Amino acid sequence: MPEYETHQYDVLIIGAGGAGLRAAIEAASAGVSVGLVCKSLLGKAHTVMAEGGIAATLANADDRDNWKVHFADTMRGGQYVNNWRMAELHAREAPDRVRELEAWGAVFDRTPDGRILQRNFGGHRYPRLAHVGDRTGLELIRTLQDHAIQLDIAVHMECTVIALLKDGERVSGAFAYGRDRGRFHLFQAKAIVLATGGVGRAYRITSNSWEGTGDGHALAYEAGADLMDMEFVQFHPTGMVWPPSVRGILVTEGVRGEGGVLRNSEGRRFMFDDIPELYRSQTADDEEEGFRYTQGDKNARRPPELLTRDHVARCIRREVKAGRGSPHGGVFLDISWIKSRIPNGEEHIRRKLPSMYHQFKQLADIDITREPMEVGPTTHYIMGGIRVDADTQMSTVPGLFAAGECAAGINGANRLGGNSLSDLLVFGRRAGEHAAAFARNNGSPAIDRRQLDEAARVALEPFDRGGAPEGPFQVQHALQDLMQDKVGIVRTAEDMESALGELGGLRERARRVGVAGHREFNTGWHAALDLRNLLTVSEAIARSALERRESRGGHFREDFPAKDPSYAGFNIVVRRNGEGGMVVERAPLPQMPAELRAIIEEMK
Amino acid sequence: MPGTATFRIWRGDAAGGRFEDYSTGVSEGMVVLDAVHQIQAEQANDLAVRWNCKAGKCGSCSAEINGQPRLMCMTRLNQIDLTAPVTVEPMRAFPPIRDLVTDVSWNFRVKKTIAPFRPRRPDAPDGTWRMKQKDAERVQEFRKCIECFLCQDVCHVLREHHLFDQFIGPRFLTYAAALEMHPLDVEHRARDLKRSHGIGYCNITKCCTKVCPEGIHITDNAIIPLKERVVDELYDPTVKLLRFFRRGNDRA
Repeated sequence: MPEYETHQYDVLIIGAGGAGLRAAIEAASAGVSVGLVCKSLLGKAHTVMAEGGIAATLANADDRDNWKVHFADTMRGGQYVNNWRMAELHAREAPDRVRELEAWGAVFDRTPDGRILQRNFGGHRYPRLAHVGDRTGLELIRTLQDHAIQLDIAVHMECTVIALLKDGERVSGAFAYGRDRGRFHLFQAKAIVLATGGVGRAYRITSNSWEGTGDGHALAYEAGADLMDMEFVQFHPTGMVWPPSVRGILVTEGVRGEGGVLRNSEGRRFMFDDIPELYRSQTADDEEEGFRYTQGDKNARRPPELLTRDHVARCIRREVKAGRGSPHGGVFLDISWIKSRIPNGEEHIRRKLPSMYHQFKQLADIDITREPMEVGPTTHYIMGGIRVDADTQMSTVPGLFAAGECAAGINGANRLGGNSLSDLLVFGRRAGEHAAAFARNNGSPAIDRRQLDEAARVALEPFDRGGAPEGPFQVQHALQDLMQDKVGIVRTAEDMESALGELGGLRERARRVGVAGHREFNTGWHAALDLRNLLTVSEAIARSALERRESRGGHFREDFPAKDPSYAGFNIVVRRNGEGGMVVERAPLPQMPAELRAIIEEMK
Repeated sequence: MPGTATFRIWRGDAAGGRFEDYSTGVSEGMVVLDAVHQIQAEQANDLAVRWNCKAGKCGSCSAEINGQPRLMCMTRLNQIDLTAPVTVEPMRAFPPIRDLVTDVSWNFRVKKTIAPFRPRRPDAPDGTWRMKQKDAERVQEFRKCIECFLCQDVCHVLREHHLFDQFIGPRFLTYAAALEMHPLDVEHRARDLKRSHGIGYCNITKCCTKVCPEGIHITDNAIIPLKERVVDELYDPTVKLLRFFRRGNDRA
C-alpha cells in the first residue's frame, strides 16, 4: 500500500488568491492550525489581474454614498436573482475590509485631503472603487500575502488538489499532488475552504490564466455539494483582440471610468443607441453629460459605456456582427480623445492607467495616449458557483466552505466591476471565521484509505497510456472551441443540446488521453487532470443555461431574448445524483425582508 | 514575419540537462511564451514552464532569452533575431527543478525575515489615516513589483558569489524600502539591513534596474536611499553618542 505525505490542519484552505488569503488570515487569527494550498507560487493567483478597484462605500469621493445604495446597485446589476443576504452583508462590511487593508500596509491612491480615493465604475451610482492606478489586484494580493506570511499559516505552493475526501456526509480532507516532484499529498482537515476562483479556461477567449479550470466547482460537485447559477458567465466587454496571441487579455473598465468611449468603424458612439429601461434614468442624455460624470461632476449621470458588463458586451457583439467592427473583429475604445478636454492629457492617461499603457505599448505597438484600442468581449468571470449559506459560507456539505469567485449568490445574473475584490474580502473573512468555528466544534473526521487509493489510481492513468495519440492540450482546445461557439455570449437550445452531446464525446476522448515523461513538473499531466474539472463545469453551464428559457444578465438566449418575470423567483441548481449523473433543479429565492425591498424601491 | 523559427530550449533537471532545438510556426504579434506553449502542445507535452497571467502582471514566466533575463510573456518575437536559434533557458541564479522551472523558494523565506509593516496610530478618530498622493507615489513605485525575481537572477552578489545567506538581493531591498518609506510605517530596519540583510554587498552596478520589467528604479530610488538611511542611523557620530548615553541611562 502506497504511503502519501500527510499533513494535518484544523482548517485547510484551497486557493491563495484574495479569498483564500483573507480566509487563511481570519482562521489563523482565530487560533486554529491552518494549511494553505495553492496551484501556483504564492502571490501569482488571478487576483493580480484585477485592475479597476474595490467597491466599498467609504463615501470619500461622494458623501451621498452608503451601504444601501451599494446594496441596491448590486441587486439591480444582478437582475434581482442575487442572494439578498449576501448582497446586504457585502455592502455593509466592504468599507471595513478596505480600511483593514490600509492598516496592513496597502497604499491606495488619495483624495486631495489625504483619504482613500474612489473612482467611477459600471453600475455603481457613485464613485466607489478604492484603487491603486490600474493595478489594484496586485496591491490587494500583495498586502494580504505579506500580512499572511507573518502569521502561523503553512503554505503549500504549487500543489493541486484532485479530490475531496469524506467521512460520511462530512468533508474530511483533500488529496493533492505537488507539481515539482509529482508526489501525492494527503491533507486531513476538520474544515475546508474552497477559494479556487473561476472557470474561464473552459472558453477559447478568456482573461483567465491556466489555473481557472473550475477546480473548486468540480471538487465540490464531486463531493455532493450543490452548484448554483452556473448559466451566469460574465463576458467582459473589453478584452484585447489583437494580436492573436493576446486575444482575451483584459482591458480594465477603468479606461471607461476615466472617460474612454466606445466607437464603431463609422465613428459612432453606439452605446447611446441602446439603453435598457432599468438604467435609463441614471444614464447621461448626451456625450457632454457623460464626460462631466467621469470627471467627477456630481450633477451629471454616467455615460452609457458604464452600463453593466453584460449589456456592453452584447452591444459590442451586435456592432461587430452588423459589419461595423474594427479591423480585427472588435470595436474601438478611445481614451486619447480626453486630451482635448484635459490639460496634460497624455501624462494624465499614463498616470491613471499605467498598466494599460504598458500592456498595449508592449504587446500591440499601440500608444493609448495617441490612438484608440481595439477591444471585444472575453470570458472573464462566473457568477455561479458553490451554493453557500450567506452568513457562514458553508456549502451543502458539512465542513466544506467556499468563498470568492467559486461561490455563488452575491452577484446574481451579473457582477458589477469592483464587486469581486470586495466580495473576496468580505466572504473570505467570513469563510475563514466560520471554518475555524466549525473546526473547534467538531472532532477529527476519519480518513477512508480506499478513497485515497482510488484517487491516486485514476490520477496516474494517463501515464499508463503513455504518449497516446490523444494529447491533453488537443482535448482542452476542442472543449474551449465548443463552449465558445455553442454556450457563449449568445445561446440557443439547439446549440446547447448539440454541445451537451459533444461534451459526451470529449469525455470519451479525455479518458483516452495519455502523457509521456516523468511525474516531475509535467505540465501535460497537469493539463490532463484539469480536463475532468473543465468537463464538469462545462456540462453544468450548458445544463443550467438550457433550463433558463429567458435572457437575464450574463445569460442571453437568442431563442428567448426577453427577460421573463416567471424566472425571477428561483435559481438553478445542479448536483450529482447517486449514479453520477447531473440533476438540474429550480431552487426558489429566499423571501427578502420588507426593509431591504424598500431600499430597492427607493433607489429605483 | 510569418514562417518558422527555431527555439533552443534547455531541458533537464537538478542533475543536469542540455539544449534541444524545436522548430515551430511563428506569426505576427507572438511572444516567446506563445512559442513555448505551442511547442509544449504539439511537440513536448512534458515541457515544464511556469506562467499565469500572460500580461506581465504576475511575474511567473521569468527566463533567460538569448542570455537576457526577461519575462517570456512580454518578449515579442519581432524584437529578437529569428534567423538564428532563440535560446530559452531558466534563471541561472536559482537551482533548476525542471526545464524552465527553477526553485525560487529562497525568496519566500527571505521575505519573512524582514520586519513587517507597523503603522503609526490612526490620524482620525474613525481609525483611518491621511496621506498625500505625492507620499503615496514614492512607495507605489516599489509596490508595482511583480516578484518575477529577474533582479535577483541578474545580481552578481547572488548569481556569481552565491551569498544567499548574507544578502537579500535587490527585490527585498526594494521591499524593505517600500516599508521604510511607507508614509505610515514606524518600524526601524536599518540595523537588520546592515547586519543580516547585507545591504553593504550592493555596489550599485544597476544590473537589477536594467532588467526590471516594471521599470522600477531599484538602485536609485530604493537601494541608495536605504544605504543613506543605514549610514544616518548607524554611523552618524551625534546619533552614536546619543545612543551611547541612552544605553548608559538604561543601565542606571
